Amino acid sequence: MSEVKNKISAIQTVLIEIGELAYFTKRFFRELFRRPFEFKEFLKQCYNMGNKSLLLVSVTGFIIGLVFTLQSRPKMIELGAEAWLPSLVGISIIREIGPIITALICAGRIGSGIGAELGSMRVTEQIDAMDVSGTNPFKYLVVTRIMATTLMIPLLVIISDVIALTGSFLVEHFKDDVSFRLFFDEVMASLEFVDFLPSTIKTFFFGFAIGLVGCYKGYNCKHGTAGVGIAANSAVVETSMILFVMDFIAVLITDIFYSI
Amino acid sequence: MKVATKYTEVIISIRDLKKKFGVNNVLDGFNMDLYEGETLVIMGKSGSGKSVMIKCLIGLETHDSGSIMIMGKYLDDINDVELNELRTEVGFLFQGSALYDSMTVRENLEFPLRRHTKKFGIIKDATPLVMEVLESVGLSHAIDLMPEELSGGMKRRVALARTLILRPKVILYDEPTTGLDPITSKEIVLLMKSIQEKYHTSSIVITHDVDCARFIADRMILLVNGINYAEGTFDELFAHEDPNIKAFFKT
Repeated sequence: MSEVKNKISAIQTVLIEIGELAYFTKRFFRELFRRPFEFKEFLKQCYNMGNKSLLLVSVTGFIIGLVFTLQSRPKMIELGAEAWLPSLVGISIIREIGPIITALICAGRIGSGIGAELGSMRVTEQIDAMDVSGTNPFKYLVVTRIMATTLMIPLLVIISDVIALTGSFLVEHFKDDVSFRLFFDEVMASLEFVDFLPSTIKTFFFGFAIGLVGCYKGYNCKHGTAGVGIAANSAVVETSMILFVMDFIAVLITDIFYSI
Repeated sequence: MKVATKYTEVIISIRDLKKKFGVNNVLDGFNMDLYEGETLVIMGKSGSGKSVMIKCLIGLETHDSGSIMIMGKYLDDINDVELNELRTEVGFLFQGSALYDSMTVRENLEFPLRRHTKKFGIIKDATPLVMEVLESVGLSHAIDLMPEELSGGMKRRVALARTLILRPKVILYDEPTTGLDPITSKEIVLLMKSIQEKYHTSSIVITHDVDCARFIADRMILLVNGINYAEGTFDELFAHEDPNIKAFFKT
């Protein structure tokens, strides 16, 4: 009996969480179009998120390109299809691996950072202090951060894709003496506009989800300093899950368009 | 017990305020009037509802029932915009100072100022205003320091300066001397007094500090189990025979 009660309670908790997140999202859209616009803070957040994540995203992208090519190469040679390797790498990275891996890295780097920062501001009453001074902390802290992640994640994904392809090219160049032009001609020949469009559009949603969940967790942080750790941690875990679900939906939608 | 006061105009009035957390009745019909120019000290044991009351007063907590009137406006009847406008008239000094730790002292003070263009207009150079309030709290030299570089007492002073920069008519102090050594506590209390005289503010002070209450209170309320247990001047309450009241002053 108590097991059933526990399950019901767990389901209730999840439903309440979804409801609160939906309300938080609604508030974001309401505040987004209200004046004043905190443009300076928005630019500062873009700089912090973009600039400070660039190295991590670049290194990861480069290694993914290298490893993916090194792992695929023997099988492609075995099948006599090594000429198709640039196409395989290009399609995989642009359509799927680049966006999802970069988004996951950013969920860890940016999402947890937002959760911890806003969480600590909540427990030290800094958000309350903004409230009582008659300013709008939601607009200053939340709207700017969600907007910044929504715009910066796609940029980081594009950079990561290019660096991953460069990593792949280096493997091909040193193993098979493939020229830069030939490699990228092969990559571009295998890609169509419909490969770029859905994968780019979904990165805006990934960015939105990273900012939204990070801000939601931090802004509603409870239970003192222990709560800050929980906020940062749960921001990463929940964002990662949401990213996979969003990616799955994006692939389904794209598939429908491909089949038309 | 009611007390006669030299002040006449009520600027904050609380009637039958109730607030419950779960089954715990934190406020159970609290009543209070703050008169213009006076300093009202509210004392009570930990968990007696003092901080909840002051947070309800500024709209950080919602109350379950009762009414709160600030400068003629009832909190239940105003929207968010009006509440934010009202908050520029009511300053709040947090127990932990609550300085924005990613901003310098100057930025901490400019932050609320630049967002109230309706009250202050568009300010191109806020330095004179920032310096004026920092001089009032004796910290003009700290203008470019980060909060982490300040001592506890200095943080409390900067927080007070941040409150003052909006030129409030009322300042709410949530345990202003808690966590400070006796000398710094005395400095803060003296500062509160001088600020009140200079800026003609009214104050509500939540405190456990009997010395602070003795020095600063025009009138006091003892809060017990969510209601006003007693009310009077410091001397009246200090001389009272009720054992519950006497217990507050045994230090």
